[in-house]
Amino acid sequence: MFKPLSLAGFALAFSASASMAATNITWWHGMAGRNGEVINEVAQKFNAAQSACALTPVSKGTYEEALASGIAAFRSGEQPNILQVFDAGAATIINAPGAVIPAEDLITGAGHTFDREAFIEGVRYFYAAPDGKFVGMPFNSSAPIMYVNTEALEKAGVEAPKTWEEFEAIAPKLKEAGYLPLVQSQLTWQFTENFFSRNNIQFATNNNGYDSVTDTKINMTDPNLVMMFTKLKAWADEGYFGYFGAGWNDNQKLFEDGKAAFWIGSSGSFGGLQKTAQKPFTAAFLPYWQGIEGAGTNSFIGGAALFAMSGKSDEENKCTADFFQFLTSPEIQKFYHQATGYVAITKAAYELTKSEGYYEKTPVAEVGIQQLMLPSGDWSKGYRLGFYPQIREIMEREYGRIFAGETSVEDAMKTIETEANDLLARFAKTAG
Amino acid sequence: MKRVQFSSPYLPYLFLAPQMAIIFVFFYWPSVQAIQSSFYLEDPFGFGSTFVGLSNYSDALGSAQYQAIARFTVVFTALVTFLSLGIGMLLAVKADAVLKGSAAYKTLLIWVYAIAPPVAGLMGMMFFDQHIGPLVKFAALFGWDMKVGLNYNDTAIAMIIVSVWKQIPYNFIFILSGLQSIPASVREAAAIDCRSGTRRFWTMTLPLLAPTAFFLLVINMTYALFDTFGVIDVMVKDKAANNPITLVYKVYMDGFRGNDLGGSSAQSVILMIVVFVLTIFQFRFIERRVHYN
Repeated sequence: MFKPLSLAGFALAFSASASMAATNITWWHGMAGRNGEVINEVAQKFNAAQSACALTPVSKGTYEEALASGIAAFRSGEQPNILQVFDAGAATIINAPGAVIPAEDLITGAGHTFDREAFIEGVRYFYAAPDGKFVGMPFNSSAPIMYVNTEALEKAGVEAPKTWEEFEAIAPKLKEAGYLPLVQSQLTWQFTENFFSRNNIQFATNNNGYDSVTDTKINMTDPNLVMMFTKLKAWADEGYFGYFGAGWNDNQKLFEDGKAAFWIGSSGSFGGLQKTAQKPFTAAFLPYWQGIEGAGTNSFIGGAALFAMSGKSDEENKCTADFFQFLTSPEIQKFYHQATGYVAITKAAYELTKSEGYYEKTPVAEVGIQQLMLPSGDWSKGYRLGFYPQIREIMEREYGRIFAGETSVEDAMKTIETEANDLLARFAKTAG
Repeated sequence: MKRVQFSSPYLPYLFLAPQMAIIFVFFYWPSVQAIQSSFYLEDPFGFGSTFVGLSNYSDALGSAQYQAIARFTVVFTALVTFLSLGIGMLLAVKADAVLKGSAAYKTLLIWVYAIAPPVAGLMGMMFFDQHIGPLVKFAALFGWDMKVGLNYNDTAIAMIIVSVWKQIPYNFIFILSGLQSIPASVREAAAIDCRSGTRRFWTMTLPLLAPTAFFLLVINMTYALFDTFGVIDVMVKDKAANNPITLVYKVYMDGFRGNDLGGSSAQSVILMIVVFVLTIFQFRFIERRVHYN
């Protein structure tokens, strides 16, 4: 009795979707709030611009949750066409060949041209294969930059520092003027990964992990990194630096309230900070150490990239390729850059935004992209390390212990190095 | 007991089938999967897995970090169970003795139970917020510079307070109904024999409450071990760092955040064994001393 009825229903549903004649593709992402809304707007723009493909974005929670859902879905054959994967998860997905179709192959396979040189320097390597082929499509990229409380500078009669040496010299004046000189929001990303990149120091063996997963060892006991954290701890003890835990917002709050003079945040924080900051602010590059030879190189892309999952039909892959192509068009990049504060990833989009005078009105929006476009060094293009989300957790734990006075900087770095190397060896086994 | 007669010998199994199917799909099947993958080292996407024997177990048990988390879990579970049972019992005994407006008292005390654990965690987080938390300001009055999120012990204390607070109403409801099932004649007889209320509690009320208390002991331990996940997750704000976490949270961190399926499965099997042993222990040694009617 049920059968004819359900068959009819099925036929109806089928004809309804067939009559739309569009190929449906899905996009799982880990963005919420305003950034999530902008993703919906981008998808609407794509759907309005053509009729062959219909893109549906689905929010999967946080970055970590999006990656976990994507992996679970892939294992049961229900993967989306496009998965957004964040920086720390890059090694997980890139080292699983067969899970994704490299973005570059997908785009050229669909008959579009692909020019690596069209992308700005800082975003070119992080999501690419060792030979430079783009595996992930850079999407939302950010750089750690220093936000500056202009009122604090005036009161203390100082300039925003370019180097940590300069910071050290002016910190007492800022403290005297009644400010907490420095806060940050993520010691792993801002003072570890980007410390190596900005100061042009090797982070891990095997070319920072890009060349191979076998026997990759992390360089956490680097004397310069130890020096950076010894300084941070000393500054914290003298009241020049405030550490309020691993939570991003607990630290940002001091700057929002106008109590801190400098805050190391993300270029993507700009949009939100405009609404929450109670004092006028500008921004400057993430400082580096003058005393380290070769320092002052660019920082590498943060944020996340889009990956085309394998196991999909040719029509759907064509749609994914078309969407990637659409995403890199200067107009869409410009829209995304201005709506979210994430940097434009192509030179053309940057030039377009610049020529329209956007940066004259909002100079802060340009700082991140300029920092990514600084000259690069041998070690400034980031890292590719397996089980990196867990390695970050180890760093967060030990860094917390340093500032709680439970361990010394040297011991903490040794612990991180040992545990991280164990994880890297473990990852090499899973990937091998 | 009355024996029910079925016309067909298969009929009872048919009636049992839906329940068994649910248990199989949601409990046995995942457990078997977890045990199986705990012996393998697997790439997250499932392309290849290597049999590694017991090394996932030895890696977990041998790690100093894992041992520290296990120690915290034991302390946390013991304190949460003891405090939430103890305070719940105290409140129930006192509320039971109230004559006027007892309904209002009871409703107010039960109320908290309607709050979902993540919401409780969120409220707890706000109470203990470094910058604006009223409880942090209160602690400062006594010269205690409380730093939840930075200082291990301060965070542990905050977590225990929120977890206990969340569980008290549950215990309160059960103990109150247990108290009300004690016959008035027994109470009156006890009141005639003994003037001391405290002594009456230990010699008469508590033994009669034992079945309820035993049930609650099992429930509270599972609560502290597993259901406090939401509270912990919200209080560490997704970044455990140097804050205390329990074993269940570690399973989540390694499995869902770190994508280490083998290691995380081994940890969940260890937890499964712990709960298994604990349950057997409770039924073999503690339940013997509980007298049902």
